[in-house]
Amino acid sequence: MAQPVISARGLTKRYGAFTAVDGIDFDIAPGESFGFLGPNGAGKSTTMRMIAATSTRTDGTLSVLGLDANHHGPEIRAQLGIVPQGDMLDEELRVIDNLYVYGRYFGLPRAYVKARSEELLDFAQLREKRTARVDGLSGGMKRRLTIARGLINNPKVMLLDEPTTGLDPQARHVLWDRLFRLKEEGVTLVVTTHFMDEAEQLCDRLVVIDKGTIVAEGSPQSLIREYSTREVLEVRFGSARNEAAAGRLEGIGERQELLPDRVLIYADNGEQALQAVTERGLEPVTSLVRRSSLEDVFLRLTGRSLIE
Amino acid sequence: MTAPATYKAVIDHTVVADHQKVRRWGWAHVVEHMVLRMRSYVSTMLLTGIGSPFLYLLGLGFGLGVLVDQGEGIEGVPYLTFVAPALVMATAMQVGAQENTYGVFGGFKWTNMFNAMRLSPVSPGQMAMGMQAGTLVRVVPMLGFYLVALVLFGIATPLRALAMLPIGLLLALAVGSAVMAWVATQKDDRGQLSFIERFVIVPLTLFSGTYFPLETLPGYLQPIGWISPLWHAAELGRAVMYDMAMSPLMWLVHIGFLASVAAIGAVLSVRVFRRRLDG
Ligand SMILES: Nc1ncnc2c1ncn2[C@@H]1O[C@H](COP(=O)(O)OP(=O)(O)O)[C@@H](O)[C@H]1O
Ligand SMILES: [Mg+2]
Repeated sequence: MAQPVISARGLTKRYGAFTAVDGIDFDIAPGESFGFLGPNGAGKSTTMRMIAATSTRTDGTLSVLGLDANHHGPEIRAQLGIVPQGDMLDEELRVIDNLYVYGRYFGLPRAYVKARSEELLDFAQLREKRTARVDGLSGGMKRRLTIARGLINNPKVMLLDEPTTGLDPQARHVLWDRLFRLKEEGVTLVVTTHFMDEAEQLCDRLVVIDKGTIVAEGSPQSLIREYSTREVLEVRFGSARNEAAAGRLEGIGERQELLPDRVLIYADNGEQALQAVTERGLEPVTSLVRRSSLEDVFLRLTGRSLIE
Repeated sequence: MTAPATYKAVIDHTVVADHQKVRRWGWAHVVEHMVLRMRSYVSTMLLTGIGSPFLYLLGLGFGLGVLVDQGEGIEGVPYLTFVAPALVMATAMQVGAQENTYGVFGGFKWTNMFNAMRLSPVSPGQMAMGMQAGTLVRVVPMLGFYLVALVLFGIATPLRALAMLPIGLLLALAVGSAVMAWVATQKDDRGQLSFIERFVIVPLTLFSGTYFPLETLPGYLQPIGWISPLWHAAELGRAVMYDMAMSPLMWLVHIGFLASVAAIGAVLSVRVFRRRLDG
């Protein structure tokens, strides 16, 4: 790997007796899109805050752009674009003023910030909302404005904490499109998410994080290859009968997971697995063959689902 | 939509944020933000700013003033002359307290101002200091209206009115930073924020020798005045406005007290801001 832009060893955050981030190691290369995938409460936002140098780590080392995050906060943040989980926009100000005011916090000259705000208004596709107050914007618009705000200082690295949580599918795609554009330009993206589709879409490489620890690391494809089969057969027998049926599926596919509403059978060939099921005289109410996803990886690693 | 003719990169790597400059001027950008927010309530600000001096001066002049002046005034001056400096200072105290109650609490909880600034190179200490400087920006016009009214009413010469401005600003700074130090520790508003107005500002106004000399109060109530920033500022105001006798030592005591409160409040505020914004 080229000299990493962000590098952590034994990174730890404790709140009193509670350990939110428990000794994690990772390196993020320049230009890479790197993800933290994990359920709510895994410690993703806490990790992001430590990278942004707005939360002092309890233990371990953390270098961001070659600087120790505990000691060079302002210098680090001068070079980062931060999109926090809650937008933190000034809802009483106009859209354009949110960009302007924020740009000034980076010590950039007035005239430059004015011009830059206009540019980013176009990038965020908010030209028509230029003088609207922020509290009247939709969730997707606010999120795009937050991303535009994060870009005002021409950052080398963008931190995006759950960029599309709470957005409808269409708004998510518009947002992803903007992020692809940044990725194409070589901006380093650091993304947290609890959506496996978002992780698959945006991340070159990711770590799966659970209860403050990293449980797996790799590209989405390599993780799926390593921890899951090519395909998954989902069969439902009706909630009362899933468990009994699961007992009779022994030996079909590589592995099985019994969920409350269905049974997952991991096999490289889902259709063959389905045939094997029916040959045993079992008749699922519904069946579905799909490709393995990061959701399956997470289930395999933790025994739990990403979204509870 | 048509694609732009030339593809322009979103990131311009030639522009670099200047964190050294932010280290010096971060507080000023906080002021800039506050001034932009004032736009939305500039009309109410003008209305109260212009309205209240006239209401108070007319009311007290024609009411209480007539009554008091049937004697020989207070301390040898007409009642309005006696009360005016204290009214000006009371305004400075009120605006300083208000801005630092709802502005500070809101900055943490409602408007996200501080949380958003935290994502930039601006430090928590600069936010606290910027907030104080922004408060002064608000106090200046409010005092300005009052001082102009004093001149129009013939109570003060322009020069003497102007001399009251720095005293008012020092008072606003003292009250503002003390209020900030406490408000910034408050996580939720369960009504306690309004206590500042009701149980601190109003009583201080009543017991600080504002409407009558402090010495009129029974001896056991006078210490309230001594620890009240308003009393110290009002005394200074009177010395400036009608040459009320004051020893050099008392000049020093009054100014020293206000400056100390401002300094202690500022140090505590910075500390609270730092702790609260490290998550
Ligand atoms: N300021 C804080 N004080 C105490 N506990 C916290 C604080 N911030 C986060 N936590 C706890 O740390 C854990 C991880 O939180 P977080 O990093 O927000 O998770 P995620 O972003 O993955 O959902 C959670 O259990 C959360 O309650
Ligand atoms: Mg989070």
